[in-house]
Amino acid sequence: MSTRHLLLGLLARGPQHGYELKRAHDDALPSAKPLAFGQVYATIGRLERDGLIEPAGSDRVAGPERVSYQLTHSGRTTLAEWLDAVETPAPHLGGALLEKVVVALLAADRDTATRYLVQQRAAHMARMRELIQVRQTATSVSEAAAADYTITHLDADLRWMQQTAARVDALEKEIRP
Amino acid sequence: MTLLTGRAVTKQYGRTAALAEADVEVAAGEILAVTGPSGSGKSTLLLCLSGIVTPDSGEVWFAGARLDDRGEAARAVLRRTEIGVLLQHGQLVPELTAVENVALPLLLGGATRGSAARSAEQWLDRFGVAGEAAKRPGELSGGQQQRVALARALVTGPRLLFADEPTGSLDSVAGESVLAALVSAAKDNATAVLLITHDATVAAYADREVHLRDGRVLSGVTA
Repeated sequence: MSTRHLLLGLLARGPQHGYELKRAHDDALPSAKPLAFGQVYATIGRLERDGLIEPAGSDRVAGPERVSYQLTHSGRTTLAEWLDAVETPAPHLGGALLEKVVVALLAADRDTATRYLVQQRAAHMARMRELIQVRQTATSVSEAAAADYTITHLDADLRWMQQTAARVDALEKEIRP
Repeated sequence: MTLLTGRAVTKQYGRTAALAEADVEVAAGEILAVTGPSGSGKSTLLLCLSGIVTPDSGEVWFAGARLDDRGEAARAVLRRTEIGVLLQHGQLVPELTAVENVALPLLLGGATRGSAARSAEQWLDRFGVAGEAAKRPGELSGGQQQRVALARALVTGPRLLFADEPTGSLDSVAGESVLAALVSAAKDNATAVLLITHDATVAAYADREVHLRDGRVLSGVTA
């Protein structure tokens, strides 16, 4: 999971402070492990150090001062590049794929999420073609079985992508009511 | 060289738009997979592009000539000579033996009984079912039936084969074996294939993929 990109995606909706980011993350990805506050503030520190976010203001409500952060131009560019990049097709990608769809919906719109799914499908299909070649020219059963293992997992990803593409509108309504 | 072109092919059944301005191209010798969920318009696209159904609008071109505005008789001749069709359940004639099923398109095209039988036997041999030549479809396994159906679809040497879920009724091992045979024969004979499937693993046997959703070709999935 890429906490950096998740936080950038959440900040694309507008300035938020650490507590709001943690809540927004846990709401957007209820099946993921909740973000620890320590992880949120450590990631904010690294994002600010790298010039991807900057303070947008501060307030104090019955407690310590809370600093809100916003994306910098460099942060927006980094987020857009991440959303445009496909994941290397490999078994056990599920969380990363869902994460990218959710961030695309948070930071942009359903067209961006759909475009990502379309590009990811093409990348998966290209890898499947390579693996089928491997299976057809395998010189041992174990080589063919290893190719089969990955083919089967990529096939599961592809089915998930197809189902998710059909539900992007509903997912967007749920994430951005 | 482009062998088959569908331009803005549109087909409506009642109020349902089965196909909405679909653009598809198949190059000579290319294997193109058309994928998409159930109801996305895959089979309607096959029916329109093969000339079985006339689209409401749009154009279909085959080998440089318009296909969709020809009469049914001319299209039927084309389907018997230059275009082959393979369906999910081979649709072999149950009363005929395997070799008679494969020879049938040649006999309809005017070949002599002897030469048709010889060609049919060669194709059955090519697909590893020569030993089943004298059996009727009911005596064959599902995989063997599809191999016989594949032989029948290719025996006339078509330039283009339409295959609609050709392994949909088979288990994965038998399906892969039939697919590998299909792809190998198509490549050896420079036969283009338009392969309709909902299964990504099947689509991965193709050179390229076009993905349909709600009757539309989704841009971007062309790798």
